[in-house]
Amino acid sequence: AAKPPMFGDYEAQRHWQEVTYSLPLQQYFNTSDNDLNYWGLDYPPLTAYHSLLCAYAKAINPEWVELHKSRGYESYAHKLFMRATLVADLLIYLPAVVLYCLYLSDGSPRKKVSVLLCTLLYPGLILIDYGHFGRYNGVSLGLALWAILALGLGWDALGSMFFCLALSYKQMELYHALPFFCYLLGKCFKQGSVGKLFLLVRISLAVLLTLALCWLPFLTDPSLAVQVLRRIFPVARGLFEDKVANAWCSLNVFIKIRSIMSSDSQVYLLPSSLRLLTKPTFWQFKLALVNSSLAFFLFSYQVHEKSILLASPACLLLNDLPLIAIWLLQTSTFMLPLFLKDDLWAPYCVTSVAFLYFSVYLLSPLKRCTEEELRMGAYRKILFCLPKLDLGCVVRWKFYISVLAMAALSVASVTMSPPPHLPDLFPVLISTFAFLHFLGTFLYFNIVQFSEPQRNKAQKKIN
Amino acid sequence: MAAADGWFTALAVGVSLLKCLFINAYRSTDFEVHRNWLAITHSLPVSRWYYENTSEWTLDYPPLFAWFEFGLSHVGRHFDKNMLQIQKAPYESDATLLFQRLSVICTDLVYILATRECCRCVSEQKSSRDILNRPSFVLAVLLLFNFGLLIVDHIHFQYNGFLMGFLLLSVAKHLQSKHLQGALLFSILLNLKHIYLYVAPAYGVFLLRSYCFTKDHSDGRLNWRSFSLLRFSALGLIVLLVTAVSFGPFIAMGQMPQVLSRLFPFKRGLCHAYWAPNAWALYNAADKALTVLGLRLGLVGSGPQASMTGGLVQEFHHTALPSISPTVTLLCTALAILPAVLFLMWRPRCSASFLRALVLCALGSFLFGWHVHEKAVLLAILPLSVLAVQSREDAGIFLVLASTGHYSLFPLIFTAAELPLKFLLMLLFSVFSFSSLHRLHGSSLLCALERWYLCGLGLVCVTSELLLPLSTVSARLPFLPLLLTSVYCAVGVAYCFIRVYGSLLRTNYKIKAS
Repeated sequence: AAKPPMFGDYEAQRHWQEVTYSLPLQQYFNTSDNDLNYWGLDYPPLTAYHSLLCAYAKAINPEWVELHKSRGYESYAHKLFMRATLVADLLIYLPAVVLYCLYLSDGSPRKKVSVLLCTLLYPGLILIDYGHFGRYNGVSLGLALWAILALGLGWDALGSMFFCLALSYKQMELYHALPFFCYLLGKCFKQGSVGKLFLLVRISLAVLLTLALCWLPFLTDPSLAVQVLRRIFPVARGLFEDKVANAWCSLNVFIKIRSIMSSDSQVYLLPSSLRLLTKPTFWQFKLALVNSSLAFFLFSYQVHEKSILLASPACLLLNDLPLIAIWLLQTSTFMLPLFLKDDLWAPYCVTSVAFLYFSVYLLSPLKRCTEEELRMGAYRKILFCLPKLDLGCVVRWKFYISVLAMAALSVASVTMSPPPHLPDLFPVLISTFAFLHFLGTFLYFNIVQFSEPQRNKAQKKIN
Repeated sequence: MAAADGWFTALAVGVSLLKCLFINAYRSTDFEVHRNWLAITHSLPVSRWYYENTSEWTLDYPPLFAWFEFGLSHVGRHFDKNMLQIQKAPYESDATLLFQRLSVICTDLVYILATRECCRCVSEQKSSRDILNRPSFVLAVLLLFNFGLLIVDHIHFQYNGFLMGFLLLSVAKHLQSKHLQGALLFSILLNLKHIYLYVAPAYGVFLLRSYCFTKDHSDGRLNWRSFSLLRFSALGLIVLLVTAVSFGPFIAMGQMPQVLSRLFPFKRGLCHAYWAPNAWALYNAADKALTVLGLRLGLVGSGPQASMTGGLVQEFHHTALPSISPTVTLLCTALAILPAVLFLMWRPRCSASFLRALVLCALGSFLFGWHVHEKAVLLAILPLSVLAVQSREDAGIFLVLASTGHYSLFPLIFTAAELPLKFLLMLLFSVFSFSSLHRLHGSSLLCALERWYLCGLGLVCVTSELLLPLSTVSARLPFLPLLLTSVYCAVGVAYCFIRVYGSLLRTNYKIKAS
């Protein structure tokens, strides 16, 4: 449901179908017949092709995609059709998850199925793609997951190809680009001299070919290419959209940072990426993915709530570090202000409760909470001055308190109205709360990435 | 690893959360029916409950259910006061929807408790380490996640889970030999919804045989001398007490004729607007076929067309074959279930034969009853689930009956938005039931004929749900998909009826010295 004049994400998708169907390729991203201020296309080419494919629904009802005249079109049949197109989401994301859980996570078959179930229950993706009707995040995430799967099985060129496809679908995947790059580069260096060159060439070829294929129509004219890039990376948008949890939002309450634009986020990424470069194992790769997503989200310049979906790499860690992964995933779905917009309160409750309950029941994270399991050996070294605490117990209690606080905040933000002099109290509270969690998790994962020595017995050494 | 004991709780939580996701789905007029009853019981004094007819959805369940609605209405008052106004037009608001859906989900607690009791009754001969292979686990999933209950209760909207909970709980009590408790629960159930009169013969005879006759001869035959008047009186007392509590006020006010006319509305036609897949559907289809044939051959004049489909409930007459009256249906039903009841009486007591007789009474009444709703097939499917996890033959019958019965419920949910949902749920349930029952019993459960039938069922499903609505035929013959579904499923249900009889006759009795 949406209101004029801008109508929301639903209308955006429909408009893109209208535009891609009616106009020639060259005009997708520039202004002539295509009013860019009204939901202009701001994702890379694959999204445009996908919209084009969907637009062939003209066979069912031409009114849906008539240029200019079909703005704000919303009917029961059309809603059904749009929901049905989400099957593309499922077709790409679902097999990737299934294959990943079957082949790349360890444990008994029962364990694998449990991990699969918990990953599929992750509320963030469910609510945003199927509830809020945002964009087809499942497609880009699915493609990235296929890439990770391929890399995990040792097929580097194939993995690079998939990742380029993912990049060409949504530019948000750039957040994952650095770990991919470092991992592949590190692998190249680890080979022998001939193998090195061979692998490098294979990967580069895969990348270039895929990118060329996707972007070809737009590369013919340099100004067109620049225009496309400008649409995809708009510098003109505000510094933060809608009270998203990140460092800037929290700090802005006290310091007006708006004037200071910095591209500092790369700094926070460097340690993790360098570590991955030197030790290109799959385990490091997974950790680096999580770290880079978190770093970009926390510190980068233009953020959008849905970027939190990039925390989905945490699903990859459900098997190895269940408690922290579950915690992170739960926090990421806690971004209530986004969901409330579309009356998704009931599905939010149900999916969050389901996710928490079943992941705790099936994966038994609270039992696997010893210091060794949580790899907190490094913490012990850093905090040597503190008395002998059972860190595992501390973490467990923090988890309980945190979950309770999240539940309380969620309920309060719906039932109680904020005091008149602090109208944005609840969104700010939620953002700050989430930010602190993400920061803590970011530090934790960085420490874990650096404290390698404990042999993870069950982990398959892919390289 | 999943904790050994927590699996039942996990299943219960999971299914309840799943039900919460259906809150905003399609709901039928039954939603308004129950809202109206909340309004009637809340706003009017008891003496007016069965006379009120401002709205067309008059109260037609026994008094205990009316009291249940009265209790609910006091909770509902806090959600939305306006839902308790009696009015002719349907009323709906977000709060009303939330309240009513939540009430179904919460009263399903009875059903969950009943499932747990039934799981306890299931004997685990080969107790395997693997939870997923245990009969009790399979039964729990088959009962809790039963497709029919999910879509009838939580999408179409009814309180069947609550009621079937009483039935299953009473069955479980009987299987545990706590007969008085079982009798109490069944009496309460009868006073909640009188459709359960269908299975009352099985109950009556079973209690008579197993409880009132305290001992058998050493070879298992009935020992007439062991009749215990005390026990008989105890049972009678329980039934009478419950009925008195329920109907007493109305007898005192002299309203019994009105109440009875509400509870047993024989003015309604032989079949519902959508024919339940029973013998009369086959009869109707035959009648239509013969009529068409007769018209073509010039034997029959083009007289009044038998319109069996128009409107909600209409009397109608058959053209080629003799018309059916309520008495005829009663006679047919009695004849159908008589052998089962007699069998239960003369053969040694056995819980499996009790359950089989129960299923037979339910199926017999379903096949030959007057104005049967297709939802009544659940009355047979759920007790059969209990049998299915324990006996090979019953498992095979269960697979056929469940698939057929569940598919026959498809026309209840006809909106396009719920189409993928019902397909998905049906698929999941069927896959689970087939795979788990095959694994439990180790070998193939279906014969070739049954396999072909089920393949045909799939074809019929695709045709009526997808192909026919999208083709031009649907304009000329709008009733065709429903006709196809009814007739095809009726064949399956009749077949299962005969198979269960076979199973009953072949019951393996372990003669115990009692």
